[in-house]
Amino acid sequence: MSLVLRPAAQVRLSAINPVAQLVALGIVSVTLLTTLDIVTPTLVLLIELAMLPAAGIRSPIELFRRTWPLLLGATMVGVVNVLISEDAGPLVGLGLALRVISLALPGVLLVASTDPVRMADALTTHWRVSTRFAYGALAGLRLIPLLITEFATIRLARRTRGVDAGRNPFAAARLFAGAIFTLLVGAIRRGSRLATAMDARGFDSGIVRTNARGSVLRQRDWLYIAAALAVCGAATAASIAAGTWAPIFVGG
Amino acid sequence: MPTPGRVVARGFGLRYATRQAWALSALDLVVEPGERVLVTGSSGSGKSTLLYAVGGLLDSDAVELTGELTVDGAAPRAARDRLGLLAQDPDSQLVMTLAGDDVAFGLENAGVPPVEIWPRVDAALDHVGFGYGRDRQTHELSGGEQQRLVLAGALVREPGLLLLDEPTSQLDPAGAALVRAAVGHAVADRSVTLLLVDHDATPWLPLVDRVVEILPGGGLVEHPRSWRPVSRATGLTFARSDGSGSALLSTAGAGFGYPRSVAPALVPTSVDLVGGRTTAVTGPNGSGKSTLGLLLAGLRAPGVGTVRASAALASGVRRGRCAPSRWSAAELVTRIGTVFQNPEHQFLTQRLGDELALGPLRSGVLAGRAREVAFGLLERLGLTAYAEANPFTLSGGQQRRLSVATALATSPQVLVLDEPTFGQDAGTWREVVRLLAELRTAGRALCLITHDRDLVNLLADDELALGADRTEVPA
Repeated sequence: MSLVLRPAAQVRLSAINPVAQLVALGIVSVTLLTTLDIVTPTLVLLIELAMLPAAGIRSPIELFRRTWPLLLGATMVGVVNVLISEDAGPLVGLGLALRVISLALPGVLLVASTDPVRMADALTTHWRVSTRFAYGALAGLRLIPLLITEFATIRLARRTRGVDAGRNPFAAARLFAGAIFTLLVGAIRRGSRLATAMDARGFDSGIVRTNARGSVLRQRDWLYIAAALAVCGAATAASIAAGTWAPIFVGG
Repeated sequence: MPTPGRVVARGFGLRYATRQAWALSALDLVVEPGERVLVTGSSGSGKSTLLYAVGGLLDSDAVELTGELTVDGAAPRAARDRLGLLAQDPDSQLVMTLAGDDVAFGLENAGVPPVEIWPRVDAALDHVGFGYGRDRQTHELSGGEQQRLVLAGALVREPGLLLLDEPTSQLDPAGAALVRAAVGHAVADRSVTLLLVDHDATPWLPLVDRVVEILPGGGLVEHPRSWRPVSRATGLTFARSDGSGSALLSTAGAGFGYPRSVAPALVPTSVDLVGGRTTAVTGPNGSGKSTLGLLLAGLRAPGVGTVRASAALASGVRRGRCAPSRWSAAELVTRIGTVFQNPEHQFLTQRLGDELALGPLRSGVLAGRAREVAFGLLERLGLTAYAEANPFTLSGGQQRRLSVATALATSPQVLVLDEPTFGQDAGTWREVVRLLAELRTAGRALCLITHDRDLVNLLADDELALGADRTEVPA
């Protein structure tokens, strides 16, 4: 997972407005969180996997690079449930793991296809998210790669002072905490300099902000949302037809 | 056409709520519309504070004011929408990921209709000589190009008052020249009043109408047109090293690359650090100077080639023998001292005395002896009065001297210093240079990684110029 904030590559899915993608993500979440069966998440997952190339994720390696923490988490969820629950068989465990993955993949699609600036534009235009929050967050995100570099420098700097942990894990933990503290002190200062620079360009002027790039909802965005509804509806219907549907609000 | 602003200060004084002393006092200054004024002064004289006060950018709860300070006859905060600011560090000023979006940011904040924004953005980019399109990613630009972009973002709002806070201090000479050219072009037609702060006045003189200097005791003095600053190197001469002793630390074809990173890599480079000699490593940003410093300092192992300590330097080392990157930190600190570009990265304690005693203690010296060393160094650097102070509360110049002193506390034979004169005014610059010259005379091997030509001319016995094209040019 790349932490460097840079414009996302233009992929086919980038044509869909970020808020439409967020609505689709919500629809999938509601569908999957309300059932515990295996058929619904499997069907949803198949459609999501089919959409990966549209988000520019073409090879399994690329997918694995972006999702390995997720796959690890999903596996743990499945295994733990099988181990600690008496009536959960391997099939239930597999269902739970698939559920976690199919819940998270819309987020992966969103991140892979969406430029953070477009996201801020869409949220502030369509959902009236505070511009102070959205563009402040953007400016902060830009600092993350700088902080990563700075953290590495701080750790090296400690060695020049004759301080290292050797093989002592407690000393290593203490050193790590100290380096984090130094990093935070610097980050706060840098953040306040950035805030001053933004205010000098009128960020706190109180004037209603305009948006140079704009964010438009087109027909294809509504179609995308409709398609998400259709897929989730169809998956649920198939599960009910197969007799596996297990809504959690009915004694789940 | 915007109208340039007028700045008036009468008996103006300012004190930070957390400090006892006044940062500024008894200032009288009138800057007429369209004038271009350079404010200079030694470090800690409060010149940047004046700039931010004029911009109305100080938190009014955190400062106490006396006297009068107005912009166009009103409180500075009221003139904030007619302000343009260019500060030191581009990374603390850019907001967006694309160049065009970043320039547009200030117009969006002013509520300019979107159809008017892009023509103005293009004009501003053109005005500062930005050589790329709107969709250039900001993180791919050099520091000088980033600063030009920040300047475009300020000018696009058609400010009446342009404030520059040491805008070239973090750039290499080529980047600094880029920024000065863009500033010169921006203020040429006098459509904006320029207030510029820099402790290094010389390069700005052709660009400004007046130079005022803030005095350490308060108030300011107006210099005549013919004024030229005294060169900080005046009167300093040091005997060259005659020695051609044996190398204490050498690299042989040592190179380094960072996987999947934009950090500068180092092409295979060979250099010898010799006792009693100073080696300057120069070259533009991105040529791998600091990376070479990390290899010499034993902080990174080279990807190719070797870094070898001489038998004399490595004597007593338990493992790793001649490869400093494999020594323990305690072994390293008594053999190779390192000073980083940012002193704060290296501070580990809450008091200056403890800071200086830390290295000796870690290398196994007894507590009493470590305290003696610490207080000797404090006295040597004129910092005795601050023995109980927190290193983070010192001024930039004091922090730099403290970080050099911490490296000296363990008497290493080799010293690697990254930009040791960075941010120093003329007075502290001379102090640092004298200290380095003494170390050379005492037989230490010095490696100076620097852009500072005066320093190289005064102290370097050898120069290794790393090129932007990443090839080695022997001096």
